[in-house]
Amino acid sequence: MEFSAPSPDNAIDQLKIVGKPTTRIDGPLKTTGSAPYAYERHDVAADQAYGFIVGAAIAKGTIKAIDLREARAAAGVIGTVSTLDYSPLALGPMNTANLFGGAKVEHYHQAIAVVVAETFEQARAAAALVRVDYARSEGEYSLDRAAHTAVSVPPEEGERRAVGDFPSAFAQAAVTIDREYTTPGHSHAMMEPHATIAAWEKGRLTVWTSNQMIGWGKRDLCKAFGLKPNQVRIDSPYIGGGFGGKLFVRSDVMVAALAARVVGRPVKLALHRPLIINNTTHRAATRQRIRIGAERSGKIVAIAHDSISGNLPNGKPERSVQQTTLFYGSANVAVDLRMAQVDLPEANAMRAPGEAPGLMALEIAMDEMAEKLGLDPVVFRIMNDTQVDPTKPDRHFSERNFVECLRTGAERFGWSDRPAKPASRREGRWLIGMGMAGGFRNNQLQPSAARVRLRRDGKIIVETDMTDIGTGSYTIIAQTAAETMGVKLTDVVVVLGDSDFPVSAGSGGQFGAVNSTSGVYAACIKLQSLILERLGFDSADATFVNGKIQVGSRSVTLKEAVQSGELLAEDGIVYAKGYEERAQQSTFAGHFVEVAVDSFTGETHIRRMLAVCDAGRILNPITARSQVIGAMTMGAGAALMEELVVDTRFGFFVNHDLAGYEVPVHADIPHQEVIFLNKVDPWSTPMKAKGVGELGICGVAAAVANAVYNATGVRIRDYPITLDKYLANLPRPD
Amino acid sequence: MKPFTYERPRTAADAVAAVLRKPGGRFIAGGTNLLDLMKLQVETPGHLVDVQDLGFNKIEPTPDGGLRIGALVTNTVLAADPRIKRDYGVLSRAIVAGASGQLRNKATTAGNLLQRTRCPYFYDTNQPCNKRQPGSGCGAIGGASRGLGLMGVSTSCIATHPSDMAVAMRLLDAKVETIDDVGTVRSIPIADFHQLPGTTPHIETILRPGELITGVELPRPLGGRHVYHKVRDRASYAFALVSVAAVLQRDGSGRVAVGGVAPKPWRVEAAEPLLRRSSESFANSLLSGAAPTEDNHFKLALVERTLAGILHEVRA
Repeated sequence: MEFSAPSPDNAIDQLKIVGKPTTRIDGPLKTTGSAPYAYERHDVAADQAYGFIVGAAIAKGTIKAIDLREARAAAGVIGTVSTLDYSPLALGPMNTANLFGGAKVEHYHQAIAVVVAETFEQARAAAALVRVDYARSEGEYSLDRAAHTAVSVPPEEGERRAVGDFPSAFAQAAVTIDREYTTPGHSHAMMEPHATIAAWEKGRLTVWTSNQMIGWGKRDLCKAFGLKPNQVRIDSPYIGGGFGGKLFVRSDVMVAALAARVVGRPVKLALHRPLIINNTTHRAATRQRIRIGAERSGKIVAIAHDSISGNLPNGKPERSVQQTTLFYGSANVAVDLRMAQVDLPEANAMRAPGEAPGLMALEIAMDEMAEKLGLDPVVFRIMNDTQVDPTKPDRHFSERNFVECLRTGAERFGWSDRPAKPASRREGRWLIGMGMAGGFRNNQLQPSAARVRLRRDGKIIVETDMTDIGTGSYTIIAQTAAETMGVKLTDVVVVLGDSDFPVSAGSGGQFGAVNSTSGVYAACIKLQSLILERLGFDSADATFVNGKIQVGSRSVTLKEAVQSGELLAEDGIVYAKGYEERAQQSTFAGHFVEVAVDSFTGETHIRRMLAVCDAGRILNPITARSQVIGAMTMGAGAALMEELVVDTRFGFFVNHDLAGYEVPVHADIPHQEVIFLNKVDPWSTPMKAKGVGELGICGVAAAVANAVYNATGVRIRDYPITLDKYLANLPRPD
Repeated sequence: MKPFTYERPRTAADAVAAVLRKPGGRFIAGGTNLLDLMKLQVETPGHLVDVQDLGFNKIEPTPDGGLRIGALVTNTVLAADPRIKRDYGVLSRAIVAGASGQLRNKATTAGNLLQRTRCPYFYDTNQPCNKRQPGSGCGAIGGASRGLGLMGVSTSCIATHPSDMAVAMRLLDAKVETIDDVGTVRSIPIADFHQLPGTTPHIETILRPGELITGVELPRPLGGRHVYHKVRDRASYAFALVSVAAVLQRDGSGRVAVGGVAPKPWRVEAAEPLLRRSSESFANSLLSGAAPTEDNHFKLALVERTLAGILHEVRA
């Protein structure tokens, strides 16, 4: 099904099942511990052996020798694999760090050997016996030191980096700010480690793993091992969190496959937490500069945003400036994206790449500018709303209700009660403050396909390689199929995550829900036409309601329709070339936060959080809310505690476990309120929905930062906002 | 984890003999720290002597009005004991400020005292660490040291002792009771129990090889107001940036011990008369001779401010 114009009314608009608060259909499996995650799939292949990865002990250099003799002689060991026995495996197009093979060490904890044994404990003990002789090289591990070497990254196709004349407009602006902000590296810190069971059978490789993007994974595995698509299968039905860390097949998949081939048995292995942090990917640290110029009235006339991040050679930059050309109206805009080479583990996508760190900076800058103008920050943002793409003023937003997010949020949160003067409200020893920020994240259109069967028992079976990373894909896909086919939710069976199924959008970039359900909708429409064709019904007048097909006075149950044999339809959603260019599709949020800061110790407690989200139709308010509150929690972590601490001498992330890399615990998170505006966006897809899972984090950290400023009067522009950064300036009680 | 042998004796005498019999013998009780370290091969004992069956799991009154806590009393049981909550509130509060409910259910009184630093360089066997591998150097000095120590540290090691419970024990002047292989019983003032690193940071306590902790004795209650304020980057399940244990009396006198700043709970009795004057003068005395790093310099001010907050509340 090609989508080339805003959607007219369709079956989804019935909203009998779609849009209803439906608990996750996979919930009972997860709460009873019976959903089979990758490492626990004991039944998929007999005789599984255990692998354990050895990570490089240096950040940069060459491996002169690896002595595996002691490891091989250890109890239970079946085989070993050394990086020196292979050429570097070919990489997929979105990655830069070598996953395995060759003598070169590019980053700390790069996988360099694997030991396979009968038990996990034996493999781990033997892995500690691997002796490696390294030649260290000099590396650059400090973004601050490397920043002056950063070079501009060329714009992508269609990307506009400048409009108008920023330098002149800024120079002439009545009120200006020019500030620098820093954000640290972040770890995805998902609960389930990267884990894989790999098995070879007659030259065909199967991996049972934990992966967000099955299609990409299959592509990259084919390339790495020189296999044809029909020689590779990936199966990943349940994923214990990804946040972008499992967008790509990582070393666990590669070395499990190599090890399985070496020992001639299925091999399972997982990355332990230090390897997750230093062996896989992370969100890059950034150094950002923001300049805003405005008229005295508060109208922005010039805005510039520059960002520097680091990565390995050929890596990608953190696109922290991408929202700045779209979020606020300004006739003069200039953004610059620069990248420096650092020899740290690969920087890559993490939840809302670009916008998450970009808004951490931009939305503090907006708060600072509002203060300088003497405006309320909500009012200042409303004044600078735009309904068109500022870089292409004839291009409008498909749906943009940012102002309503702000107004609704301000009213519901009691924003009018915010202390106008920082550090002016006390409750005993506590300083109380409120902060807000805008949230922005684009809605991306990606092709997505599915296969839908009407079985002879009347059940609808949906198969697609879409993944459920804890987001609720199973549930919203079932809702979509049930709505379209006119059956009960319990009459739909959804099977996901298998590369033998049609290729979906996958889970990433908050594009999963809207595109995958659209693909399922397309396949269901095709199934409808096959059913009508078999029944000889005129399709124009047919309705699918209550398990029946009705045309005029004729009515046939779905079950009756397939008495002669089941029907199978495969289709997907694709978007007409240039369609996305016609209107800017984005999602918006207003985030509101209240904090209490201990005036003695500087400890910050978040007291209340509210997000008002404009993300098109909400397919399922329960799963959508879960996405948003999880993202708000991640934003609170980014504001107050999350930081990959770099040892700039040895080149690694020092706090490489969940004791050292602190993410919020329950006690850090107060009541979270989420309001969805639920405005349908017919421009997006037949579902008229947009992404929401990443919108939820965008702006949250800045809202917390602004609340801390409002409470304390101390402005911190260096995340995370830990007490050591403002303690000296914190006003004590009288 | 390196392969090891294991036994579970029934008497203290057997346990002490067993741990000395084989090279690399170690006692294990709750195992909440030792097992983690073994998985990472930071610790590689050849033989584990499980002391769980030795029966040291009672809390009993002592003749001079205190309490004797068996070495195997779990942190959960100790923190919830009505006598502890009534008479030694600072201890109960310190314990529940640490770890998680699940860990406190397993962790024991003796094991808590013997837990090892959470310095990240100690935990990563690729990195230099004089505590883990004597003579290899200290990765933390000049590295990431925000959570590490500034009092009692040396040029060999700036690790902190991570316990909350031990800070309260130090405040209360607890005594650590031990037995050794010839049956000698010692009662060690907790002030002397943990050793400063000097040039031998791998030696952390005064215990001799094979010496087994059998219990901890608390002197008679102090009365006063009991406070434990643990400051950290998140609200739970994090080690202290700084923690302050205090018992304060109506007459303005008091005791203060501090965690998160040193290789042992940090208390300077000679400074305590200054508590009547101000938090600043006390803290200046308590922290004199500090050797902070750029990353952990803030702890000096944080100790003072945390104490100021306590005094503010107590004296309000």
